[in-house]
Amino acid sequence: MMKILVVAEHDNQQLNAVTLNVVEAATRLGGEIDILVAGEGCQTVAEQAAAVASVNRVLLADAAHYAGQLAEELALLVVETVQQGGYQAVLAPSSTSGKNLTPRVAALLDVAQVSDVIEIKGGGSYVRPIYAGNVMLTVESAEPVQVLTVRPTAFDAAAQGGSAEIVSVTASASVGVSALVGRELSKSDRPELGSADVVVSGGRGLGDGDKYRQVLEPLADKLGAALGASRAAVDAGFVPNDYQVGQTGKIVAPQLYVAVGISGAIQHLAGMSDSKVIVAINKDADAPIFQIADYGLEADLFEAVPELTRQL
Amino acid sequence: MKVLVPVKRVIDYNVKVRVKSDGTGVDLNNVKMAINPFDEIAVEEAVRLKEAGTATEVVVVSIGPKASQEVLRTALAVGADRAIHLESDVDLEPLAVAKCLKQVVADEQPQLVICGKQAIDDDSNQTGQMLAALLGWPQGTFASEVTPEGNAIKVTREIDGGLETLQLNLPAVVTSDLRLNEPRYASLPNIMKAKKKPLDSRPVTELGIDVATRLKAVNYAPPAARKGGIKVENVAELIEKLRQEARVI
Repeated sequence: MMKILVVAEHDNQQLNAVTLNVVEAATRLGGEIDILVAGEGCQTVAEQAAAVASVNRVLLADAAHYAGQLAEELALLVVETVQQGGYQAVLAPSSTSGKNLTPRVAALLDVAQVSDVIEIKGGGSYVRPIYAGNVMLTVESAEPVQVLTVRPTAFDAAAQGGSAEIVSVTASASVGVSALVGRELSKSDRPELGSADVVVSGGRGLGDGDKYRQVLEPLADKLGAALGASRAAVDAGFVPNDYQVGQTGKIVAPQLYVAVGISGAIQHLAGMSDSKVIVAINKDADAPIFQIADYGLEADLFEAVPELTRQL
Repeated sequence: MKVLVPVKRVIDYNVKVRVKSDGTGVDLNNVKMAINPFDEIAVEEAVRLKEAGTATEVVVVSIGPKASQEVLRTALAVGADRAIHLESDVDLEPLAVAKCLKQVVADEQPQLVICGKQAIDDDSNQTGQMLAALLGWPQGTFASEVTPEGNAIKVTREIDGGLETLQLNLPAVVTSDLRLNEPRYASLPNIMKAKKKPLDSRPVTELGIDVATRLKAVNYAPPAARKGGIKVENVAELIEKLRQEARVI
């Protein structure tokens, strides 16, 4: 039976929900799934991981040099864990932290990595998007350790109800070549963009950052939605980069995606076209976004969006 | 401080990519090629470090067919000093590229390597991290700001939910995100001058590194087309559809 190691994503207090999607992806490989929780003072995270269904064991590595989730430190731990535990697969989400870590692990294990997997076909066969989502590549890997990042939105979340054993593992030696200086996280009461059920997203059509907020925030409040943006809106400085939806930003797949003043560049569509229902509001009848929207409203967004907010 | 910037020749980002009808690859015949946009940002950052007096020399390197020399010339035209071309007619996977780059690093002894965070063709996002791992160097991926400070470098990274700042001991690998800078355009005189800058070309096989493909590409397919929907007349109809038909609100 395949031994699979899932690297948990967390902030030392809370297990990030994307880890549940990665566990679900791991079940498709068919095998015994252990979760590695590496951090400092992260016992709570280990307990949350232990409660995920289909998890066999939680490996807890608690040390000061894991607090900042530095790739240099974590990669060494993952490699040692894989070699000592005889793991044949390592999975992490294709989030910024997963993408930062796993290639380092793969290189140290001297294996090729398969990035951003959206389908696991079995037998080392995977589907992943390339060319900004314009091409789906089926790729086969015969590597002795399958190192994968998986796209969280492509897999359901694993259920709760597990009661895995938590095992402490010895920390790897500190590498000590890097240090976390600080983080500036956007503070928001809204749901997280990557996992929200509803996303309201704005493009260059909004004109500027003030109008973006005036027009979209009341709608997002009404819908309990996360706010997103096209790359054009980010480049124009309306909102910070972590709002960006698209191949170079976040990949989202909410139940409802409302695209306001977004023309629908390929780059943007690659980040949201798996949404269940897409609404597009744009005054340009020829905007490409209308070709993939379930419901298109050709209208001046400065009239239509406030009206929509009022009527909801 | 010497800075090494690996660059890749890829399909131009404006080109609509087409899959070959037999599913064996992407049609690259008569398609416009260009420097990978993230690598262009990496070159720009290196040139700015040189202009600020921090970097002493900017060396660019590309692995690929003879035509890869075009993207090296592009990099030379915006301010890189010297180029290395490792010729290969087969595509190398990120791990193989990282191994070749490790060899180049051993020869060139740069203090800093700046890569693009990913190539826009295979979207792997691996090479910089792999190179850092093989060298045992720290890494600052998805950088939006790079500030050298003596024997270290401060890197602000674009992460999910915001920004993160790391301090890395030099030598280090940095990978560029979109907002690191806005690359300049090459002026015509500089394009002409770039033709005279040194460009050393040799077969990648001379490095003696195993670059054999590990993964097998089985099939290339266009994504499942999303069915277009309908246009609604007004806001009231939109709300009705979302409530009654789609049932998402």
